[in-house]
Amino acid sequence: MKKDYSIIVGGAAGQGSRKAGLIIAKIFKKLGYFVYIYDDYQSLIKGGHNFSQIRISDEFIAGRREKIDLLIAFDKKTIDLHEGMLNTGGALIFNKNKTPEEKGIGIEADAIVKHLQGKPIMANTAMIGGFLKVVGIEWAVARTVLEKEFGGKDNINMAIAKESYDSLKELIKILPNKKTKNPEYLMTGNEASALGATKAGLDIYYAYPMTPASGLLHYFAEHEKELGVLTIQPENEIAVANEAVGSAYTGKRTMVASSSGGFALMSEVISFTAMAEVPVLFVNSQRMGPATGVPTYSGQSDLLFSINPGPGDFEKFVAAPSNSEEAVIWSGKLLNLAWQYQTPAILLLDKELSEGTFSVSKSIFKEIKKEKELIWNKKGEYGRYKITENGVSPLAYPGTKNAIIKASSYEHSERGLTEEENEGLITAMQEKRLRKFEEMRKVADTSDSIKVYGNKKAKIAIVSWGFTAGAVREVAEKMGLKFIQPIVVSPFPVKQMLKALQGSEQIILVENNALGQLGTVMASHGIYADKKILKYSSRPFSIEELEDRISKATKA
Amino acid sequence: MESQKINLETTCPNTWCPGCGDFGILMSFKQAVLSMIEAGTPKEDIVVVGDIGCSSKIADYLNLNSFIGLHGRAISLAEGIKMGNPNLKIFVFLGDGGCLDEGISHLIHAAKRNANITVIMHNNRLFALTTGQFTAVTPKGLKTRSTPEGSIEEPLNPLELLIASNASFIARGYSSRIEDVKNLILEANDHKGFAFIEVLQPCVSFYNTIEFYNERVYYSQNPNLESKETALKLAREWNYNGEGRIPLGVIYKTQREVFESETLSLLPKKEDFEKCLQTHS
Repeated sequence: MKKDYSIIVGGAAGQGSRKAGLIIAKIFKKLGYFVYIYDDYQSLIKGGHNFSQIRISDEFIAGRREKIDLLIAFDKKTIDLHEGMLNTGGALIFNKNKTPEEKGIGIEADAIVKHLQGKPIMANTAMIGGFLKVVGIEWAVARTVLEKEFGGKDNINMAIAKESYDSLKELIKILPNKKTKNPEYLMTGNEASALGATKAGLDIYYAYPMTPASGLLHYFAEHEKELGVLTIQPENEIAVANEAVGSAYTGKRTMVASSSGGFALMSEVISFTAMAEVPVLFVNSQRMGPATGVPTYSGQSDLLFSINPGPGDFEKFVAAPSNSEEAVIWSGKLLNLAWQYQTPAILLLDKELSEGTFSVSKSIFKEIKKEKELIWNKKGEYGRYKITENGVSPLAYPGTKNAIIKASSYEHSERGLTEEENEGLITAMQEKRLRKFEEMRKVADTSDSIKVYGNKKAKIAIVSWGFTAGAVREVAEKMGLKFIQPIVVSPFPVKQMLKALQGSEQIILVENNALGQLGTVMASHGIYADKKILKYSSRPFSIEELEDRISKATKA
Repeated sequence: MESQKINLETTCPNTWCPGCGDFGILMSFKQAVLSMIEAGTPKEDIVVVGDIGCSSKIADYLNLNSFIGLHGRAISLAEGIKMGNPNLKIFVFLGDGGCLDEGISHLIHAAKRNANITVIMHNNRLFALTTGQFTAVTPKGLKTRSTPEGSIEEPLNPLELLIASNASFIARGYSSRIEDVKNLILEANDHKGFAFIEVLQPCVSFYNTIEFYNERVYYSQNPNLESKETALKLAREWNYNGEGRIPLGVIYKTQREVFESETLSLLPKKEDFEKCLQTHS
């Protein structure tokens, strides 16, 4: 039987519940568990209600649950909103000084902080300390993680945690996981995307802030020196994208990120990179749209836009990972592919992946390295857009002797001069790019692009993508169904999809949007879903909800 | 002389109207480039960045590295090129439409952050390639295809805007004064930081201002180039409508920290990816 605990830590914005959740998750990681954290917060700075749901298990997990085993409440609102989710036998852990009348396990959090002369926000440390005792974590294990978080053993936070720990009694005992291999790291999808791209040789990151993509900007800025990636915040998304193109023209690998509407502002530049054949990695971390939509909540409503992001006939790589390990791999792969094919590439994330925290294995990073681009051999006269058999023209960068490097957003000659008269040349240039697109389609249609899980002989195939795919995979495996997850969504890996669907009599699509956008993409390749399970309330599917809706769909 | 062997011509047919002020700017720039090469700048280190419009066709007429971008975005593109390789000498050519209408935010921010590029704005005071519509610097009352009754908006004074944006080098030239424009380009190139040159450029097809400028332009002798007060006074002598004398030459010049060098100085020689990974354990 799989071990599967679910914990909610909640409070008002500014009370530090997110940080507390992350520390608790790190302790369970140390005990050998897979961890997933769902963060829920509103578009405000102080007050409101924030919570983190931490799931820990000895097997793969990716999704939130409606039922919880433990509730750690920093305030009354958290109790009111989440107490009903507690399983029978579950426990409420609360701040006795804030909500003295509650029934459950009260911690004298504010009193401990006051007594040790800490700052009010350190009540979250007292809540963590008390919780650790309640779930039977050895102090020796907890201490090593806490000391790392609080910067050493002699500080007020450590004293608060210990005093709170000692003030309570053990209620249950969560033992270390010895069943499965313990992934070494915990990271959000944004952090994973930053690290994967860095591994593939990223030089400069340009971005303008927008939730839920801002985590990338913060991470690059904070770790600029260790990663060696220049991090620059220009005046708007349009400047961001154009500056990235400029730097790429000089041979520097660039990435930019935004969310939905901010990504839309880069639309013209995506088309520009296709025409100028300049590689740039664009990241779109989706929120629920249209327009400003629901800024801090989730949705997958940009799939069709991300695969058709700009004017003109052009191909582009688009990949939509579902968790942080996939984000490491695909941010790296897309950056390499962009440079090998001199094309725009789009990493399609969503709020849950960008800001959710997942377990990541150290070995994943070995799969990514910088793959070299095609460089001019310095023979003959250089033409930036030389017509070649596979459509890829060798690169040279300004500063190269005996080469004039002319790039352009206009249709152009082989040497990069504007061309509008010579129909034959315009056709030849389009066809050069078409041959390159054909190569891109081939490289996109390989086994890495589509994952198949669960019972591969099952007659019913569930198809889902992006963050949603993780939760669907968890449920489909449990229900004995086949689960198919396209990671590359453009060029769509048609052959791989048909192969994955062999033997399937029914296709059920699960998406976090209102129109069933992956269904539209599949239909354009002659693959039709029999049923669609859609959710568009701006919240991700819960595991229970998926179990219910998938079983209804399979029975009907 | 070495420079006489250098070929700056391309095979691209020139499509500017006969008599266009852009020819003067092209000639000035070619002469400036030859001087730079003579003085030791490698030809391959020069990059011409174009916007969209008559002005930016200049990139097609020069046998130099070039990148023609999107309308209004040439300054951003140039900033990215400079950040990618700070050794390159970047010259942005764009019109008043791209610079002051579509791309005005990029102009202001590039000046504010002191990006080390030279921006040459061909100012014909309307959109020409799109067959004549008003821009931010079209004089009030001018009849264009989009303002058949005459433009009702007061023109913007770009030099005042640049002074307010803290640009570190601001100059004005006139396309008929080829030698002077060449010298302004060379001085801008020597300047460390953001350099802006407005070149008054008559559009013979839609707004022929040759007579108008010939009567009004004069070379200003500004003894106090670091004074914003003096610069503002000069900038306000002409309001881009009918009245006033039009001063040419360097209007303002000062030295301050350059964006690329400050940004790059933050990066260490040695990276430590593993250290970063450890923060996740």
